[in-house]
Amino acid sequence: MKKPTGKVVVIPCSGIGKVYGALAREIAYELAERVRPQSVLLTCLPLLLIGDEQAKQLVTENPVITIDGCPMKCAHKSVELHGVEVAQSYLAINFYIAHKDLKPEGVAELDETGRKLAAIAADELATVVDDLAGGEEK
Amino acid sequence: MTDHALIKVGIVSCSGEGIPEGTVSRLACRKVLDEIRPGKTVTICLPLFIAGGQEERNFTAKFPTITVDGCDKRCAQKSTETLSGKPAKSLVVSEILKQKKIDPPVQRRNLTPHERNIVQVIAEEIAKAVDEVLEREITTSD
Repeated sequence: MKKPTGKVVVIPCSGIGKVYGALAREIAYELAERVRPQSVLLTCLPLLLIGDEQAKQLVTENPVITIDGCPMKCAHKSVELHGVEVAQSYLAINFYIAHKDLKPEGVAELDETGRKLAAIAADELATVVDDLAGGEEK
Repeated sequence: MTDHALIKVGIVSCSGEGIPEGTVSRLACRKVLDEIRPGKTVTICLPLFIAGGQEERNFTAKFPTITVDGCDKRCAQKSTETLSGKPAKSLVVSEILKQKKIDPPVQRRNLTPHERNIVQVIAEEIAKAVDEVLEREITTSD
């Protein structure tokens, strides 16, 4: 396990074809912009694919959370490809399964229900981020 | 003779979660796929080249492909070239905006009206590229 750095990298699915890809991305934005802006860092998943040094350094030095949109788990696999162990791995659909009353719709952009689900999921992940970051940001 | 209706153009978008131009790229690609050139375009998630199998890696062999990148790091273009094949055309959002003297987007989500307009401008550029590639393919196939 990596030594806490105070930062956590969140990498969502980058899909543009499925609602759960959009949900994964919205959860990441919620974490980075509202829930834990001081500790959550985002990077573009394809930057890892092309071996960008800065992106590689981010995932090597900090704990990584992946949120995938489908069972292909592109985000998870792309991080592992660089020999980095993913600290926590999630499938976006499981947040819907846990909150069946909030069925997300929309592929390019989530509808209001989807955004509400993303906000709840991000709130639920706050403690995971805090644990991995090694300090509590509120 | 080839049935021209069967010829489709592949679009591979930058996902760019980290930058506003990535959001523009995704939304513009979706607009082309769903509204402007439906039935003539298909897409694949960029990282699927890695996570998927040979089927996914043959994407550019099956479809003449246009890559749409958010920034000059050109992840979509480079990944496609490395893992699948050379794209028929490569567009970069930041370069198109510079050429057209349009202020770049600022937000990654909850886009402003200006940023919605940018999505439309980029979508039209992609559609133009789709038409050019289709025309070339049809000419070649006849």
